[in-house]
Amino acid sequence: MQLHDHVPPGRPFPPGARPFYLIPIACFIGLFIVFGLGLTKNPAILPSALIDKPAPSFDLPPLLADHPGLAQADLKGKPVLVNFFASWCAPCREEAPVLAGLAASGDVAIFGIDYKDNPAAGRKFLEALGNPYQRVAVDAAGRTAIDFGLYGVPETYIVDAKGSIRYRLPGALTPENLQSEILPRLAALQRQP
Amino acid sequence: MIIEAGHFALVLALMVALVQVVIPLWGATTGRRVLMDVAEPAALMQFVLVAISFAALLNAYITSDFSVLTVAENSHSTKPMMYKISGLWGNHEGSMLLWVLILTIYGAAVALFGAGLPPAFRARVLSVHAMIGVGFILFILLTSNPFLRISPAPPDGQGMNPVLQDPGLAFHPPFLYLGYVGFSMAFSFAVAALLEGRVDPAWARWVRPWTLLAWCALTAGICLGSFWAYYELGWGGWWAWDPVENASFMPWLSGTALLHSAIVVEKRDTLKSWTIFLALLTFALSLVGTFLVRSGVLTSVHAFASDPERGAFILLLLGLVIGGSLVLYAIRAPILTPTGQFAPVSREGALVLNNLLLATATVTVFLGTLYPLFLDAINGPKVSVGAPYYMATFVPLMVPLLVAMAAGPLLTWKRGDLPGIAARLRVPFGVSVAIMVGTSLMAGGKSALASIGIGLAAWVFLGTMQDLAGRVRLFQGPFSDTLRRLGALPRASWGMTIAHAGVAITLAGMTVSTGWSAEGIQVMKPGDQVVVAGDIWHFDSTAPVSGSNWKGMQAQFSVSDGGARPFTVLTPSRRTYSLQQMTLAKVAIHTNHLANWYVVVGDPQPQGGWIVRIYWHPLAPWIWYGFLIMAAGGAVSLSDRRLRIGAPVRRPVVASGKSHAAA
Amino acid sequence: MRRFRLRPVALLALLFVTAAPAWAVNPDERLSDPGLEARARALSKELRCMVCQNESIDDSNADLAHDLRVIVRQRLTAGDSDQQVLTYMRARYGDFVLLKPPVDSATWVLWFGPFAVLLLGGVVIGLMTRYRREPPPPAPLSEDEARQLQTLLKPEPEPS
Repeated sequence: MQLHDHVPPGRPFPPGARPFYLIPIACFIGLFIVFGLGLTKNPAILPSALIDKPAPSFDLPPLLADHPGLAQADLKGKPVLVNFFASWCAPCREEAPVLAGLAASGDVAIFGIDYKDNPAAGRKFLEALGNPYQRVAVDAAGRTAIDFGLYGVPETYIVDAKGSIRYRLPGALTPENLQSEILPRLAALQRQP
Repeated sequence: MIIEAGHFALVLALMVALVQVVIPLWGATTGRRVLMDVAEPAALMQFVLVAISFAALLNAYITSDFSVLTVAENSHSTKPMMYKISGLWGNHEGSMLLWVLILTIYGAAVALFGAGLPPAFRARVLSVHAMIGVGFILFILLTSNPFLRISPAPPDGQGMNPVLQDPGLAFHPPFLYLGYVGFSMAFSFAVAALLEGRVDPAWARWVRPWTLLAWCALTAGICLGSFWAYYELGWGGWWAWDPVENASFMPWLSGTALLHSAIVVEKRDTLKSWTIFLALLTFALSLVGTFLVRSGVLTSVHAFASDPERGAFILLLLGLVIGGSLVLYAIRAPILTPTGQFAPVSREGALVLNNLLLATATVTVFLGTLYPLFLDAINGPKVSVGAPYYMATFVPLMVPLLVAMAAGPLLTWKRGDLPGIAARLRVPFGVSVAIMVGTSLMAGGKSALASIGIGLAAWVFLGTMQDLAGRVRLFQGPFSDTLRRLGALPRASWGMTIAHAGVAITLAGMTVSTGWSAEGIQVMKPGDQVVVAGDIWHFDSTAPVSGSNWKGMQAQFSVSDGGARPFTVLTPSRRTYSLQQMTLAKVAIHTNHLANWYVVVGDPQPQGGWIVRIYWHPLAPWIWYGFLIMAAGGAVSLSDRRLRIGAPVRRPVVASGKSHAAA
Repeated sequence: MRRFRLRPVALLALLFVTAAPAWAVNPDERLSDPGLEARARALSKELRCMVCQNESIDDSNADLAHDLRVIVRQRLTAGDSDQQVLTYMRARYGDFVLLKPPVDSATWVLWFGPFAVLLLGGVVIGLMTRYRREPPPPAPLSEDEARQLQTLLKPEPEPS
C-alpha cells in the first residue's frame, strides 16, 4: 500500500480554505514560545503594587529603648531601605549577616519593622544577631505591613528621597541579590540630586 | 540487582520502541507486510519490558529498599502497605513510569485486539504510538530516572506528605493517567489517518472504543480527585478551579466533544477534519496537563515536581508531538472531503452545537489557566484567575449546552422535526420550569443559581427519559412491545441515556449543595451542642487514637433531628504525623445519599475547646454519583458489540457519498 | 502557625502542606450583622490569599488571609461599598489579589476570548452549512457529452 493511495484527487474543502488549517499550528507556536518564556520565570516573585507611589502613611512605636520608631515622615530626605522582619521567621536569620554587612558599610540607612512579633522576642532576636537598623519599629497588628502590600517576611523596600517606594525584594537578602538588585538601584537613587 | 534489572528493562523497552517506530512505518509506506507485522510483537514486548521495569520499582517500594533514591525520598518503613505502593506514583519519577506503563498497556491492547484493522493502518497507528513511547522513556531515562541508587543507603526514608496518605489519592493518579494516556490512542489513530489521507465512518468506529475507554477512566479519575479534595482538604469544597484540576478538566471537555463528533463522522461521514483536530487537541491537552504539573510553570498546590530542566524536556517533547502532528494536520486535513450533507436542525446539527459549546468551554478553561502565565511571559501585569472568572464565563456556556442536551437526542439524522420535538418536550419543559419556580419560591428567592441549576438538571433528566420512552414506545402500544424494545435497544443508546442522566444528577448535586448548604463554625468543647440546618450536633467526647505513623485525638459528635436517639455518630479526628511533624484534620461525613453531614475539628483554642466546622450539604453525594453514572454510561456504550474493536469492516468509498455505515 | 518565606522549592513543599488544614473563617472574625457578614464572605471569595497561590482568603488558614478577612470586615463595618473594599486591596496588592481580573487592555483576550471563539465558531458553522446547502452548479456539458446525452434521450425505437 502506498502512502498516498487513499488521497482523493479532490480539491481542499472548502476551496481556498487551506490557510484555515494553519491556524492550529500557528496558535501552538505562540503557545510554545509562551511556555518557553514561562520556564525562565519564577511565578513566586511578585512586584509591588506601590512601585513609584508614596510609601503609605504610618507612625509606629519603637522596638528598642535606644532607637527611635518609624513614621512615614522619616522616609523622606535620602534613599533608605525598609526591612520587615520577625523573630519567628527563619529566612530573617539567614539575611541578618547581609544586613549587618550593609549597615557596617554605611552606604545606606536601614530601617527595620518588626512584623507581628512579640516585642521581647524581637529585642532578643536583634541582641543575638546584631542590630543593623537605625530605626526599629513594631508593627504588632501587621497593618502597616499590609499597607505596604507585604505578603511574607522578610521583605525589603527601597524608598527614594521623596518617600516613594522604588523597589520591593520579597524573601531573604543574599550577597547575590544585594549586588544585583539592591546596590545598583540605591546607587542610582543616590546619584540623583 | 532487581532495580538494575528494572533500569535495564527500561533501556531495552526504549530500543524496542525505536524499532516499533521505524520498521512498521517503513513497511506501511513500501507495502511490505513482513515489516508491518513487526508492530504487534514489538508493542507486546515493549509492554512486557516496561512492566518488568515497573515491577522492579514496585518491589523496591514494597520492601522499603532505601538504597534506591526515590524510595528513600518518598517512602518510609512505618507507612501502611497501601501507601508504600501508592508512594510509587506519589512522586515525579515514579508517576512518569506509571504514565509510560499505561502507554504501553494501550499499545499492547491495540496489538492484541486490533486484528480487524487493515494491516497498514494498524502498523501506522502502532508506529505513531511508539513515537510517544520513545519520547517519554527518554524523558524518564535522561531527566527523571527512578532507578538511581544512593550510597550509603539511609536507615529510613523521608516519608510521604500525609495529605497524600489517603485511599482517594492513592488511586486517583492511575485513573487519571488511564484517561490522559488513553487519548494517546485517539491521537495515534488520527495521525495514522492523516498519513493515509483518509477518514471515513469505519475510522470513526475504530477510534471510538479507545476514546470511550480513556474518557471513562478520566471521568472516574476526576471524580476521585474531586471527592478527595472534598473530604481531605476539610473546607467542604469539591472543585477549586486550581490549574492542576483544570489540567485534567480540559482533556475531559475536549474528549467529550471528540466522543460526540466521532458519532457524526460515523453516521454522516462529515465533520472529519474537525474530529481529527479534536483527537489531536485532546491528547495535546493531556500533554499540556503533564507539562503544567511537572514543570512548575504554574505554581499550584499540586505541583510537586517543580523543575525547569524537566520542564524544558517536556516542552521539547510537546513541541515535537503536538507541533509535528499539527503540521501534518495543516498539510493533510484539507483533503478530507466530507460527503454527507447537513442541515442545522438535525441530530448532527445538535452535535455540532455541542462541539461548538464544548470547544468554547475548553478554550475558556485554557485561557483562565494559562493567561497569568501568558501575561508573565510578555512582562505584563500579574493577575490571578480564580473561581469568579469561571463563574462568569464557563458557567453561562454550560446553560445552552444543557438546554440542547435534552433536545439533541430526540432529533433525527439529516433533517429534524423541530415542532415535533417541541411537542414531545412539552412535559419535561413544564415540569422543569415548575421545579425552577417552585424551588425558587421555597428558598425565598435566594440562591437563584441553585433554582436554575436544579431546573436545568430536571430538564436534562426528563428530556433524556422522554427520549428513552420514545425509543421504546412507552404507552404507545402493548407493554410487552415496550419491554421487547427495551431489550433490543443498542448498548450505545443505553450508554448515552445513562451518561446524560449522570450529567443531570451531577448538576443537581453541584447546584443544590452550593446554593442551599448550611454551615456552623464555632468553638466547641465536649458537652456543647449546636444546631445546623435543624439538626442538633452534640459534642460528646474526645479520645486519643493512633495509627502506624501518626498519633492524635478523635472527637465524637452525635447528630439528631430532635428525636430521642441520634441518627448518626461522627468521629472526626486530628492526626499528627510524627515524621513530618504535621497535623491533619480528618473529616467525618455521614451520608443518606441525599445529603452529607460533614464535621471537621480545627485548631485547639487558647481558652479551651476547638474550632469545629459543621456543614450540611444537601444533594452533595449526587455530584460524585453522577460522575460515576457518566463513567458507567461510557462503559455500557463500550460494551456495545457494534463497537468491539475490529468488528466494523471498512466499506468501499462510493463517489456519491452514500456509503454511510448502517445506523 | 506563622508563615514565613522559604526558597522556591521549599515554598512549593510548604504550599502543599499549608493547603491541607485549610480553614475558612474563624468564629471570632465574624460580624454579628448577617447582611454585612454575607457581603464579607462574598468579597473574601473574590480575594486571593497572597501566600497560598491558589486559594481565596475565604478558604485559607494563612495568617495573612486572616488579617485580610478582618480588614474586609472592618472596612464594611466602616461603611465601605464592596467596590471600595476591592479598591483598597488592589491599591496594596495590585491586580494579583483579585481572583476575578479587572477588564482592561491586558485582559481583553481573557475576558472576550471565549465569546470571540463562540462567535467565530458560529460564523464558520453557518458558512459551512450554507456552502453545503448550495452545491456548486454542474459544469456545462462539453460538445461530446451533449451529443451523447442527445443520443441517450432520443426515444429508442420500440422493439417490434
